[in-house]
Amino acid sequence: MSRFDFDVAHLLAGSLVLISILELYQDRLYSLLNVYALHALILAASVAWQALVQDAPHLYLTAAIALVFKAIVIPVALHRMIVQLGIHREIEKVVGVGAAMLAGMGLVALSMVVMLRVTHNADPLAQEDLAFALSVVLLGLLMMVTRRNAVSQVIGFMSLENGLVLAATGAKGMPLVVEISVAFSILIAFIVIGIFLFRIRERFDTVDLQALDRFRGERR
Amino acid sequence: MVLIRDLTIQCAQMLLVLLLAPLFTGFVRKVKARLLRRQGPPLIQPYRDLVRLMRKEVVLAEQASWLFRVIPYLVFAATWVAASLVPTFRTDLLFSWSADLIAIIALLGSARFFLALAGLDVGTSFGGIGSSREVMIASLAEPAMIMIVFTVALIAGSTQLSSVAAFMASPAVGLRVSLGLGLVALVMVAIAENGRIPIDNPATHLELTMVHEAMVLEYSGRHLALIELAGSLKLVLYVSLIACLFAPWGIESAGAALPTLALGAVAYVGKLAVGGFLLALFETSIAKMRVFRVPDFLGFALMLGLLATLLRFVSGSF
Repeated sequence: MSRFDFDVAHLLAGSLVLISILELYQDRLYSLLNVYALHALILAASVAWQALVQDAPHLYLTAAIALVFKAIVIPVALHRMIVQLGIHREIEKVVGVGAAMLAGMGLVALSMVVMLRVTHNADPLAQEDLAFALSVVLLGLLMMVTRRNAVSQVIGFMSLENGLVLAATGAKGMPLVVEISVAFSILIAFIVIGIFLFRIRERFDTVDLQALDRFRGERR
Repeated sequence: MVLIRDLTIQCAQMLLVLLLAPLFTGFVRKVKARLLRRQGPPLIQPYRDLVRLMRKEVVLAEQASWLFRVIPYLVFAATWVAASLVPTFRTDLLFSWSADLIAIIALLGSARFFLALAGLDVGTSFGGIGSSREVMIASLAEPAMIMIVFTVALIAGSTQLSSVAAFMASPAVGLRVSLGLGLVALVMVAIAENGRIPIDNPATHLELTMVHEAMVLEYSGRHLALIELAGSLKLVLYVSLIACLFAPWGIESAGAALPTLALGAVAYVGKLAVGGFLLALFETSIAKMRVFRVPDFLGFALMLGLLATLLRFVSGSF
């Protein structure tokens, strides 16, 4: 593998981590959604580049799924959902931006340390892909933990899944069946979460998940 | 003979930055005015202002100590030395061995420290506000700057600007995401350090918004002229630093023939013009942010710098 191939793969995977951190920085739902669409777009580019470099044509299919579903269908659907729920003006913060950023940097550092230790005799491309993928997954988890709004938690979940796809494409020999089933299970999960969002909203008049906590506390 | 030639070139560089600095400030003001559909002051207005201030008498507060009178000279000297260490049209100058990124940051940091002392010295509340804000911004901007230096040093294997510029101009540098992050972070730090618009408005005297102007409010006459010149020099320094690190084309290292030197100088002036135009464009398209949002802005720069360093470690294993 040439130096240039590695550099482009590194560039794309590194920008995926950067965009994950940018997601933590957004406090409005529309801008969060746009950043998420960009995240999925970069993921598609990264997967397509891996397909080219590894000479694995089935990865093009994964890239196409990422592009169509994650960069177009899901953001558009979430956009309509936000309009229907009437929450497009909400600004939310649980932990401040600074604290979330610091936690995010800590997670990125942690995943680099762990992955570079664990995989130190693997192929360098797979090694760095795994390190970046772990940090994208952890940042998605952090996003789900720090947000109260259900829609931003969904976006955190989706970007976590993007990290999984990045890890899967970095490792050679991932069967196509597994990838497609993961992609469709995510889509199903998205639909189920969407239905739940409307149910939560019907019941509590808000998509702030603290309402659920309060509700449970009363019954205890 | 070689020594004399090197010394001449070094002196030419020192004079070049000193003479270009007010012109650059005037150029940025002019472009900003034209973008706002105003005529704007002529390009040489900053020179006229400096001459006018030099002629005026110095009015000192009664409580001012000797420190207050010495500080303009100290600040100007430190900034000038720092600005003349950054390679502009040529690397491998006589003092290039001392042109270390960390040394330049230290010089600028000491200049700011003394200026903050001067703001406190007279004991007016304005100076105090200005100093405290300036120190707050500096304490946030400097870690980010150090992170950028780490990234650049890890990639180029040196903190000395000449060798960094030579490395960046060579094809060995490749395509690095760390460098892109470092560039964005450095631009953000430069905006904060120079008190440009999202952080501080250099053209205002409104008490709620000013940072730098509040700190130097008590200065007048030649002291004020020196401080303003130091401010222009600092702006030129940051633009040359960005040009030297991320666009080192036209900086000739070997061969002191006159044509290559002239080419380097033309390239440098071109880079300054592009940098000034972009700065003016950026400043007219953005509003000033509240002081309490400055930590977010600079925290983002710090985050970018840190991320650049981390990513560099991953790709370093290849």
